[in-house]
Amino acid sequence: MSLEQQKTNLTHLERLEAESIYIMREVVAQCKNSVMLYSVGKDSSVMLHLALKAFYPARPPFPLLHVDTGWKFKKMIAFRDRRVQELGLELHVHTNPDGIAQKIGPFTHGSSVHTDIMKTQALKQALDKYKFDAAFGGARRDEEKSRAKERIFSFRNAAHRWDPKNQRPELWNNYNARVSKGESMRVFPLSNWTELDIWQYIYKEDIQIPDLYFAAKRPVVERDGMLIMVDDERMPLEEGEVVREEMVRFRTLGCYPLTGAVLSNAVTLPDIIQEMLLTTTSERQGRAIDRDSNASMEDKKQEGYF
Amino acid sequence: MAYQDKLIANDILAYLCKHENKSLLRFITCGSVDDGKSTLIGRLLYDSKLLYEDQMAEIERDSKKSGTQGDNIDLALLVDGLAAEREQGITIDVAYRYFSTKKRKFIVADTPGHEQYTRNMATGASTADLAIILIDACKGVLEQTKRHSYIASLLGLKHIVVAINKMDLVDFSQDKFGEIVDTFSAFSKDMGFANIQYIPMSALNGENITAKSEEIPWYDGPSLLAHLETIDISSTNTREPFRFPVQWVNRPDANFRGYCGTIASGHIKPGTEIIAMPSGKRSIVKEIVTMDGPLEIAVQHQSVTLTLEDEIDISRGDIICGIDGPAEQSDQFQAHILWMSEKKLYPGRTYLLKTTNAVVPVSITALKHKVNINDFSKAAAKALCHNEIGLCNLSLGRPIAFDPYDNNKTTGSFILIDRQSNETIGMGVLQFSLRRASNIVWQDLEIGKTERAIQKHQNPAVLWFTGLSGSGKSTIANLLEQKLHDMGRHTYILDGDNLRHGLNKDLGFTNADRVENIRRVAETAKLMSDAGLIVLVSFISPFRAERNMARRLMDDGEFIEIYVNTPLEVAEKRDVKGLYARARSGEIKNFTGIDSEYQAPQTPEIEVNTTTLPAINAAKKITEYLNANGFLETHI
Repeated sequence: MSLEQQKTNLTHLERLEAESIYIMREVVAQCKNSVMLYSVGKDSSVMLHLALKAFYPARPPFPLLHVDTGWKFKKMIAFRDRRVQELGLELHVHTNPDGIAQKIGPFTHGSSVHTDIMKTQALKQALDKYKFDAAFGGARRDEEKSRAKERIFSFRNAAHRWDPKNQRPELWNNYNARVSKGESMRVFPLSNWTELDIWQYIYKEDIQIPDLYFAAKRPVVERDGMLIMVDDERMPLEEGEVVREEMVRFRTLGCYPLTGAVLSNAVTLPDIIQEMLLTTTSERQGRAIDRDSNASMEDKKQEGYF
Repeated sequence: MAYQDKLIANDILAYLCKHENKSLLRFITCGSVDDGKSTLIGRLLYDSKLLYEDQMAEIERDSKKSGTQGDNIDLALLVDGLAAEREQGITIDVAYRYFSTKKRKFIVADTPGHEQYTRNMATGASTADLAIILIDACKGVLEQTKRHSYIASLLGLKHIVVAINKMDLVDFSQDKFGEIVDTFSAFSKDMGFANIQYIPMSALNGENITAKSEEIPWYDGPSLLAHLETIDISSTNTREPFRFPVQWVNRPDANFRGYCGTIASGHIKPGTEIIAMPSGKRSIVKEIVTMDGPLEIAVQHQSVTLTLEDEIDISRGDIICGIDGPAEQSDQFQAHILWMSEKKLYPGRTYLLKTTNAVVPVSITALKHKVNINDFSKAAAKALCHNEIGLCNLSLGRPIAFDPYDNNKTTGSFILIDRQSNETIGMGVLQFSLRRASNIVWQDLEIGKTERAIQKHQNPAVLWFTGLSGSGKSTIANLLEQKLHDMGRHTYILDGDNLRHGLNKDLGFTNADRVENIRRVAETAKLMSDAGLIVLVSFISPFRAERNMARRLMDDGEFIEIYVNTPLEVAEKRDVKGLYARARSGEIKNFTGIDSEYQAPQTPEIEVNTTTLPAINAAKKITEYLNANGFLETHI
């Protein structure tokens, strides 16, 4: 077989990789001041890996931004700092100073207030501070229904609001990233990836992800039907709650008080993929913030959340 | 979610290996409102056991709350994601769904049926390999069926499934099915579809969706899923000509210069000679650079970085091609345009045209016809409205490299962007170059604009007076010309009324004619400024877009917009020519300020308010501006 015949058809993962690289290069070519939202999770890890590929041998020509709510798992922060140092990348960390002053937290203020002030408002503050005209996010369309209708280049007005009825049509791979002063684009290079694609790519490319994705003995408390890990001393125990050690892992990573663990023995990537494929619930099920109401993700996005 | 393969539990590594090598099929579902598109996709996901328990629980809950199927599960709720859609029970935006079966991986674009969202159907179709066109068996072929078929054809889709749905409501009638097949095949015969599969089905009841229906024994074709899993869509091969639109130039340091892009067609190997279009520069590929090491070959769809043997100047917008059969280059085209904006397209207006990697100013020089999608006939038109398709001639600000869309979707397609709002307002497919670019070469005369201006001891300018009828434009322009003439300057007045007696006497007062009127005036003013004159243009010119078009036509700093600001009441009270009275009585239509819009300038160079400033003082104010900005300086 000749070289051409061997290499005519790309696998779907190769297609996805090429598409994401194309999208990232398009942002750098069209926008003046872009940034990559780095949330330390598996999707961010894949996105960062793709960015390294897209601009090789140069470094990605944009900084990373982490919106730190102050309630992330300790191991996430350690992982973040180690990766950034290893790769020699620029990282901006932003925490909402108003939220710190008002001591906002998920235990005291509930998940929706906490998410609004420490994530949504904090993100807007950071974008305004650095005047970014494009921000990469790791969201995928298969995560949730209103995300299924999200553009790859999602237009936000000067107040960072998302108007689902006023988005630009995306024809072929011809993306229009032109914005006026103050307006910006949120760009989702992983739009067409599924959860399985992400895991399979992590496995194939040997991409580093935080240990929290792998099962280990961890101290957890059962609350509202979710297993919450006791990550630090700020977690108040309610009456009748007992901290117990369980073999658990996390399907998504966020603020530890809002992220449910699953009982698991998956300690390798194939274990995780197998478990994911055999499970009967979707990954967002472990996120407290999505369960408030049906349209809750759509509402949050209109307010400026990713 | 993935198909429940036994291998997952027994041999996960074997499963992963198998899954990785599955091919991908992207398809769209389209058709009229209520034909059951969302239900069909919901049914595909449901019957393929691709739903998680929490998703099912949510759907069951929502079905009771806002479903349309009584106590049964409303599968459409699975895909109608936005709150507004749930309330109105329609699909507003394109929703993308992902699923895989034993044989394939699928990306589905669920596209809206309502006419005002036709642009979203085009969006879904532009990236699809196959289109499922739904037809309600009770209603038969509708206008929207034809519109969507036409768009699918225009966008070069070759594989079509005609899903004749709600067969349960016509008692699974073979005659009814045959009737629809005949109608569809008759009107689609010239649409260039390579393959049309007609499937009778009921999405609601799951007939012929994932398995063959027992209710329709007379149908001997495959179920929908079986057809989607097996249809051969491979159309590309490595023998296609090499096209590599340069997306970004990677220059981390002085030693490395790489051209980044995604291969649009063909393949490339190190050592191959290439030519960059439109510049025509040649070199040889030195290396195909990737983070995983240099490649021996790269093929269509791959995103790579090329380095070349020679230091030649290539940038974003160029297309690197193989030397046998490179892309064409031109600045004059014929193209089909699908208009996507509420603001109409008028010939003469300028927009931005964006190809896969270049952005160029464009003006629509002629609207040859629009297409009536009911019978696909061609009709003369002066404008294109929202969702209309027309055949246009385009003139670009500079040449681009391209291929006809039939040969290459990536290098033969473009979008149109509004200069002010930056919105995407149209899409187009290039047909061919009009080849005027090489025929009409601007005569490079020995005596140029500068020489002519020096001879006249002045700097040419275009003073563009805009304002309502009766605002005082002509009065001020005449006074100003008198002043300039006294100062020994060479001037000329282009007046709206006078030009309409001659050069523009074929034009009326519709929006399309007003646009053309201004275009001719602007071109005339440009020639006169080229002759070294100070040109005074006195035209209502109500639309901002046309005034901006005129501004862009002139050299930098040469265009001076003068807003003669007179409130409508004042102008109407003056009514020097008695026009307002006639407009108010309905005798004159499309009169600016009465039943046609006037868009005031946002940042004019000069603004004169005639209610507070007498005309002679206004003329003086403009003279001062010209003095202060060096227009009246004598060349040494």
